[in-house]
Amino acid sequence: MGMTMVEKILARATGQAAVKAGDVVEPKVDLAMSHENAALVLNQFLEIYKDTGLEARVWDPSKIAIIFDHRVPAESSKTATNQKKVREFVAKQGITKFHDIRGDEGGICHQILPENGYVRPGCVVVGTDSHTTSHGALGAFAFGIGATEMASVWALGSVLNVEVPGTIKVVATGKFPKHVLPKDLILYLIGKISAEGANFKVIEFHGEAIRKMDTSGRLTICNMSVEAGATSGIVPPDAETLRYLKEVAGVRETVAVFGPDPDAVYDQVVEIDVSSLEPQIACPHTVDNVKPVSAVAGTPIQQIVIGSCTNGRLDDIEVAAKILKGKKVARGVRMLIFPASGRIFREAMAKGYLTTLMEAGALVANSGCGPCLGVHQGALGDGEVALSTTNRNFKGRMGNPNSEVYLCSPAVAAASALTGVITDPRRER
Amino acid sequence: MAKVVLKLGDDISTDIIYPGRYMATVLPTETPQYAFADHAEFNARLKKGEIPPGSVIVAGKNFGCGSSREQAASCLKGPDLVVVAKHFARIFLQNSINLGLRTVICPEIEADEGDELEITADKVINKTKGKSFDIVPLPKARQAIIDAGGLIPYTRQRVLAGKK
Repeated sequence: MGMTMVEKILARATGQAAVKAGDVVEPKVDLAMSHENAALVLNQFLEIYKDTGLEARVWDPSKIAIIFDHRVPAESSKTATNQKKVREFVAKQGITKFHDIRGDEGGICHQILPENGYVRPGCVVVGTDSHTTSHGALGAFAFGIGATEMASVWALGSVLNVEVPGTIKVVATGKFPKHVLPKDLILYLIGKISAEGANFKVIEFHGEAIRKMDTSGRLTICNMSVEAGATSGIVPPDAETLRYLKEVAGVRETVAVFGPDPDAVYDQVVEIDVSSLEPQIACPHTVDNVKPVSAVAGTPIQQIVIGSCTNGRLDDIEVAAKILKGKKVARGVRMLIFPASGRIFREAMAKGYLTTLMEAGALVANSGCGPCLGVHQGALGDGEVALSTTNRNFKGRMGNPNSEVYLCSPAVAAASALTGVITDPRRER
Repeated sequence: MAKVVLKLGDDISTDIIYPGRYMATVLPTETPQYAFADHAEFNARLKKGEIPPGSVIVAGKNFGCGSSREQAASCLKGPDLVVVAKHFARIFLQNSINLGLRTVICPEIEADEGDELEITADKVINKTKGKSFDIVPLPKARQAIIDAGGLIPYTRQRVLAGKK
């Protein structure tokens, strides 16, 4: 019987010829990522060794990545103290993939990992962040875990008692129309299968529209797979994956790639023709409350956010800059840009996108998770409405339970910035 | 017997259970003060100690969807609450098992605030309504962690075994 991507990866990570959905395995971990919540991980890690007489040492300091991104620079003394404790732990344990609060090598964890070549096809990646699903864009099996589970990984180097997930195959055919983007595909899929439609499963992406999509777009669709409940999203690696690793991530060595078996067994197959797709909007307060933009066009908004691990990359900022060039953000709308990493910030600066956006009235902030989860900057006022390229619109997500968040692509966000109401970018001239 | 102290709907996210703005607080000893912070009345009762240990939160499907934040499980474990839901999101369920928060998967559950429940090995009996509902067992793969009393003692056993 053939294997899916995730079955193949888990067979390799456990040294077996084959595994199948439902098997219980303990895969070796290739990369273990945390952000500020490393402060909790290290607390739980030290707890494991308490009263054992053993020295608390991580299993492999070269396979642990820690990136500060959720509250940077620190918004409170509490965060600053947590970050200080993590820094001391990193130094003591010799953790090498550490990205502090810096303009040269800092940024959002789900951008830092791929752009530094830390993620390779076929790897097992775990992260104490639900959007760790992003890294399936490079053909890895990448999934989110809690802090205590990460403490266990730091100690043992493997994830314990993992049930091999079943897989939903998504086949995206056709060619994206102008101003319809990967974000619209993933929002449409989440609306179609629901917020729990892929719970405990992996979404494997296939089809012409995926093959022609660049890694940035693949990061967007894998990133939001978790919003359908998926353990992970994954794109079988191909020539584009190798191009990204070589040209963007600077990987010099030869990278081996493999896809699923042609006779792999899937729980479900979903086909989507992107050529007939409209821009999509996830309406308050669940990510699966998805409507075509035409259904909500005209809704007044007070804040627009372009950024996050979902849509804060160079191509996202470029889309916005092109729509806003020589124009003005409507009065009464705050437009916030959060590039996904320091590197993207510098590239967007060099290309003039940030100047264009600022001249239009947008505010550019440092790279970080910022307003996406309401922990740092960009909170909403009572009764306010935001339109955002981020990934979640749960009640209270942007820091205020008495506000609303709509999710969209960067093209919809930029077109709406000009009007102050939700606007179909295909109508912009 | 345990009383239902909070009844919730479907897709209750970790942002509702433990709002993001309190995420700088990480220690399990400190997180319970922010449990359901935006449900002001429930949060106030919890903080005043008016909710006895073993009290039940009843919810619909996909409880704990969203973020991997472990605070969402530790803030309910602290006051020793029990969550009975139609089903749970993966990471939340895993975090609960790892920390020893009692979670019960009960796809047909019917209960309202104030109802008295008895939770057995395979059924939730709603004494107030005179109905009983089947429990779906937690994932078999996780039993060893549950039996060890949580992931920290389980990993400790493994670390010690590896050093022998």
